[in-house]
Amino acid sequence: MSASVEVSGVTVHHGEVLALDRVDLTLHAGRVTGLIGMNGSGKSTLVKTITGLLRPDSGSVMVDGGSPARARSRGLIGYVPQSEDVDRNFPLSVRDVVMTGRYGHMGPTRRARPADRAAVDHALERTELTELVNRPIGQLSGGQRKRAFVARGIAQEATILLLDEPFAGVDKRSEATITRLLRQLAADGATVLVCTHDLHALPSLADDAALLMRRVLVRGEPAEVLRPENLALAFGLDSWQEQDR
Amino acid sequence: MNLLELLTEPLSYEFMLRALATTAIASVVCGVLSCWLVLIGWSLMGDAVSHSVLPGIVIAHILGLPLAIGAAVFGFLAVGLIGLVRSTSRVKEDAAIGTVFTTLFALGLVLVSVTPSQTDLNHVLFGNLLGVSRSDLVGVLVLGVAVLAVLVLKRRDLTLYAFDPGHAHTIGLSPAFLGGLLLGLLALTAVVALQAVGVVLVVAMLVIPGATAYLLTDRFSSMLVIAPALALLCGVLGVYGSYYLDTSTGPMVVLAQGALFALVYLFSPRRGLIGTRLSARRRRRRLAARPA
Ligand SMILES: Nc1ncnc2c1ncn2[C@@H]1O[C@H](COP(=O)(O)OP(=O)(O)OP(=O)(O)O)[C@@H](O)[C@H]1O
Ligand SMILES: [Mg+2]
Repeated sequence: MSASVEVSGVTVHHGEVLALDRVDLTLHAGRVTGLIGMNGSGKSTLVKTITGLLRPDSGSVMVDGGSPARARSRGLIGYVPQSEDVDRNFPLSVRDVVMTGRYGHMGPTRRARPADRAAVDHALERTELTELVNRPIGQLSGGQRKRAFVARGIAQEATILLLDEPFAGVDKRSEATITRLLRQLAADGATVLVCTHDLHALPSLADDAALLMRRVLVRGEPAEVLRPENLALAFGLDSWQEQDR
Repeated sequence: MNLLELLTEPLSYEFMLRALATTAIASVVCGVLSCWLVLIGWSLMGDAVSHSVLPGIVIAHILGLPLAIGAAVFGFLAVGLIGLVRSTSRVKEDAAIGTVFTTLFALGLVLVSVTPSQTDLNHVLFGNLLGVSRSDLVGVLVLGVAVLAVLVLKRRDLTLYAFDPGHAHTIGLSPAFLGGLLLGLLALTAVVALQAVGVVLVVAMLVIPGATAYLLTDRFSSMLVIAPALALLCGVLGVYGSYYLDTSTGPMVVLAQGALFALVYLFSPRRGLIGTRLSARRRRRRLAARPA
């Protein structure tokens, strides 16, 4: 099993706040990894560190055997941001957004060629958005918008997909669509990391899971990670500590 | 006097032709740039950069250098200082912007007051469309065309930067470079626009056309056409208006832009205050008329 993302001993601060404390995590090609943890546990920080948006204070991140910068310039990483990071009223259509996934394949002025259009159409089909291509993203439902960002990653032909809470504010049907899609992409060889709060759906979504609370508390199969004593560790302990202060 | 005469009479004066040409160039460049500024939320940044270039212009004037160079240096200086104050103190961004640009602007005013050829520099403050010289016009044209060319060629990257810098970064583009590019172009655009309306009102040209276009369309690519087209219309209206009403020209251009914004704000079919109310009422009527 090849390690396509290797996070070792990564520590990240936001100003004074310690967001990640010596985190180790390995993501494998062909597998979906679920990252769970309470609000503020550092999930988004970890994803942004893998993409290189944030620099670790110590530790290292290897992507596809090289630096994150090399992986970025080769277009390997697809990133679906958490909803609050996106301006929903930006006047772009679904097609415009998905097309930005192709920019790494294009010349300096990002003029779309037929191959780019075909890749976008294909991505829209897989995410069941073909009917909505010309809709402004501001007029999509939460689930449709998430799918548009997944489509962008597909159009990009990214082999490593990092999704920050793709199920937040998404109904069961869209969640099932996205889950099915992610499973297919992993079956095609992609490396998929999903941050999620939906613990019930975790076993049907992920092959591996990690429980984050500034550090990785538990790693393993979803069923193992979801055992009550582990969840108490991740979701209970901190609030208890908080009260004790 | 018929309409044709109304339109052609001012054109018989060369200074009017130059005023119109300068306004047209400044309007189009500012109109295009304003689309990104409005969407990123950089209106205040536009205000800051356009005021902060003043000391640079005065110093360049004293040293006999091209004004654009002085303006660009101080534009970047302002942006750097704002970033520094924001990230290394507890002062929030808007306060950092307000502190830095007013200080630089004041420095510019002090320099103006001690520089011999005061009249020229006062024109920098309030614009002097009717006194644009031929060499001013050439400068505006060269700079305007250069800025516009970069904006048009890089429009897709700039839009991605404005919409989702995180994705831009993940596919190997540099958001820091794109942001810097936009700010640099902003500083150069300020030099173009202040020939038309003066430092004090540049921000209007950098914000109003984009804001107006944003009320009219859901497509960024359309905004990039609508904003400069409306700005151009307002520029021409403003210059003619000032000719016939005998009022100062730069402010007339801005007034026309503001008036057009107000019209669109009220009457835009999709986003206007009245348009949306009317269509909501029509919808309610239709629902009420439907048999139960
Ligand atoms: N830009 C920032 N500046 C300062 N602190 C931050 C910043 N972003 C995150 N933090 C802090 O870092 C910690 C981890 O935040 P992060 O956003 O990674 O959590 P998360 O697990 O993604 O939470 P959520 O489930 O709410 O999305 C939190 O304590 C948060 O307050
Ligand atoms: Mg998060």
